[in-house]
Amino acid sequence: MFLKPQQKQSKEAAKHAIDPALQPWVEKYRPKTIDDVSSQEHTVTVLRKALTSTNLPHMLFYGPPGSGKTSTILALSRQLFGPENFRTRVLELNASDERGISIVREKIKNFARQTPRAAENDPNYPCPPYKIIILDEADSMTQDAQGALRRIMETYARITRFCLVCNYVTRIIEPLASRCSKFRFKPLDIESTRSRLNHIATEEKIDVTPEVIDTLIAVSDGDLRRAITYLQSAARLSNAGDLKVAITPREIQETAGVVPTATVRAFAASLGIDSEDPTDEMDVDEDDTAKVRATFRKAQQQRGFDDIKSQVKLIMRKGYSVAQLLYQLHDLVVQDSLITERQKSNIALILGQADKSLTDGGDEELQLLEVALKISQAMKDIS
Amino acid sequence: MSLWVDKYRPRTLDDLHYHPDLSQRLKSLAATGDFPHMLFYGPSGAGKKTRIACTLRQLFGTGAEKIKIDQRVFMTPSKRKLDVNIVQSNYHIEITPSDVGIYDRVVIQEILKEIAQTQQVDLNAKQRFKVVIINEADSLTRDAQAALRRTMEKYMSNMRLILCANSTSKLIAPIKSRCLLMRVAAPDDEEMLAVLEHVAKKEKFHLPEEAATGIINDAQGNLRKALLVLEALKMQSPDLTSNITIAKPDWETYCSKVADMIVREQSPDKVLEVRAKLYELLAHCIPPTTILKTIAYCVAEKSDEAIRADIMHWAAIYEVRMRIGSKKIFHLEAWVVKVMSLTKHHYHGISLSDDE
Ligand SMILES: Nc1ncnc2c1ncn2[C@@H]1O[C@H](COP(=O)(O)OP(=O)(O)OP(=O)(O)O)[C@@H](O)[C@H]1O
Ligand SMILES: [Mg+2]
Repeated sequence: MFLKPQQKQSKEAAKHAIDPALQPWVEKYRPKTIDDVSSQEHTVTVLRKALTSTNLPHMLFYGPPGSGKTSTILALSRQLFGPENFRTRVLELNASDERGISIVREKIKNFARQTPRAAENDPNYPCPPYKIIILDEADSMTQDAQGALRRIMETYARITRFCLVCNYVTRIIEPLASRCSKFRFKPLDIESTRSRLNHIATEEKIDVTPEVIDTLIAVSDGDLRRAITYLQSAARLSNAGDLKVAITPREIQETAGVVPTATVRAFAASLGIDSEDPTDEMDVDEDDTAKVRATFRKAQQQRGFDDIKSQVKLIMRKGYSVAQLLYQLHDLVVQDSLITERQKSNIALILGQADKSLTDGGDEELQLLEVALKISQAMKDIS
Repeated sequence: MSLWVDKYRPRTLDDLHYHPDLSQRLKSLAATGDFPHMLFYGPSGAGKKTRIACTLRQLFGTGAEKIKIDQRVFMTPSKRKLDVNIVQSNYHIEITPSDVGIYDRVVIQEILKEIAQTQQVDLNAKQRFKVVIINEADSLTRDAQAALRRTMEKYMSNMRLILCANSTSKLIAPIKSRCLLMRVAAPDDEEMLAVLEHVAKKEKFHLPEEAATGIINDAQGNLRKALLVLEALKMQSPDLTSNITIAKPDWETYCSKVADMIVREQSPDKVLEVRAKLYELLAHCIPPTTILKTIAYCVAEKSDEAIRADIMHWAAIYEVRMRIGSKKIFHLEAWVVKVMSLTKHHYHGISLSDDE
């Protein structure tokens, strides 16, 4: 009995004492204020106004992973209320919390209807006279639970503001969405990502070349969280052991699961996409070009089912993500000047179908085999 | 006495046989306290779990190998009791979603919250965090995956996740965004040979080349399978002479029989017979995708080159339908009918049903 409070205190103390050096960089560099948030200028401008006025609409944040949604709302709440009042003024619920209809009717409603306690006077924080309920990952709430929210949002609008956060905006029911100001979070643009990564690299005192940064930007696809994680992993690797080795673009690609170009090329070649023009390498005059190409084509055409199947098995054994491979294959096809427009559009159809099937949970090997057989067929249809 | 697969399982990152780059990468990540969440992916038998165990040992020392199994009771939202066996050490805990069926979200969240709320009691522990391993992460329900999103960020100070999966395609993007992805490729034939020879040496016997080649070709990169087969063969024929045969598992032989039936005769009666066999396979808990794939490859092998691509095409289509739909047998059977019709059409120029 006596021990308990003490224990709790030491726990609390321990929690605060978390050494930033032991935090993964994504958390260490989470924006502390809304001005730290990169790239989302429109949102930040609007929210900055909320800091000086006492007004804030209900809000809906949506966008792809790692674009700053959670960071923004947490930073805003902290700036509005300060650490002291944060606990009484902000309720954060996410997909890990029970958020069925009964919880909406009880817990959320109870919090929503409490009149905010007068804040302790801290001149550093505006502490406006309302509370905020953050429903992170709102896209995983059931329709019923969302429906029950409607009334609560309206009834207590004077003292409670809602902020819904989600990846998939279409999963939010229209009546809820229409009650909110919507903020779309874009995938991070190249320049913002670059400057954020450079900032972190400087803080962490690691050397990165511009090529490495470019590679990070290319492989992370607008997801800053991923870019930061890759950077950290690469930095650890280059720092391991006694001697420092430079981080290379290839290493970043490997970390990001990019399939090596040679592997993609070889796979494509077995389907009849001779992306590396065989005449490039050889010293032949104009007349021969067509002939070489024709024999090359012929070799491709002889590839049968068993050949293609074993190519697919080989890729699967390497464990590459099929979605990633298809993505790279697509790039290769689009840029290949030897493939006719008609073939290109056929291949686009094939890849589209496979992508959908994979999203529906289809087996990777069967889908890759399907793509391979179909493309090889499409490449034979010369018209 | 333990099986060779276990007896010669490497215990530290340095002992691991192949992919030295990957081992080095894991070592450097484990060296500092800012270890990220991770997702290991790759084909089965490639050595993902072994690598994870070695990583744990690198993180926490030999204490991570002292494993106990706890029986725990969880409460579902509908107030049903759920008994689950949980494997854990002082430093980590392991969950396999298929053990808890559709309640994976509840169980995982409860375990994660518990870990997040308890600080590491062992003051000598090398890390402040505990590790939660989720096996077969590709079978996590969407619900459970969605729930992991914010939890993975919130509990970062006391908890790290290691997910283990065959492929990344069934994991939602926000989860992949929160993990460092670690691809574990299956060993190639030479790497497999090195491991087999290593075991042979330890067991003090000579491994004839022919036997090794046979085992490696059969295993298709699945090292676990290769080691199990090696041990079984050694028991059968201690000198591993050339006329050894590698027995196929029962279900595979069974699938190949089904394929024979499909190729040999295409009629409503045969469909009925095949259906009985499919039920039998399903009843033995062979995953439906595996059944379809195995039979389809067999049928393709036994058919003309001209229709092989079509056979696999329909397998790809019906496999997806099977995922989306709820009655596996419907789609398996639909594929059988489709292929029978294709076959009949091809060899006799008649079709059994109206084609779509
Ligand atoms: N716009 C941004 N500015 C600065 N840092 C960012 C930004 N977006 C993401 N980050 C970095 O990525 C991490 C994750 O961001 P955050 O949690 O806000 O993403 P999110 O949009 O909520 O993603 P999810 O949809 O996956 O929940 C942050 O800790 C931060 O390090
Ligand atoms: Mg978020």
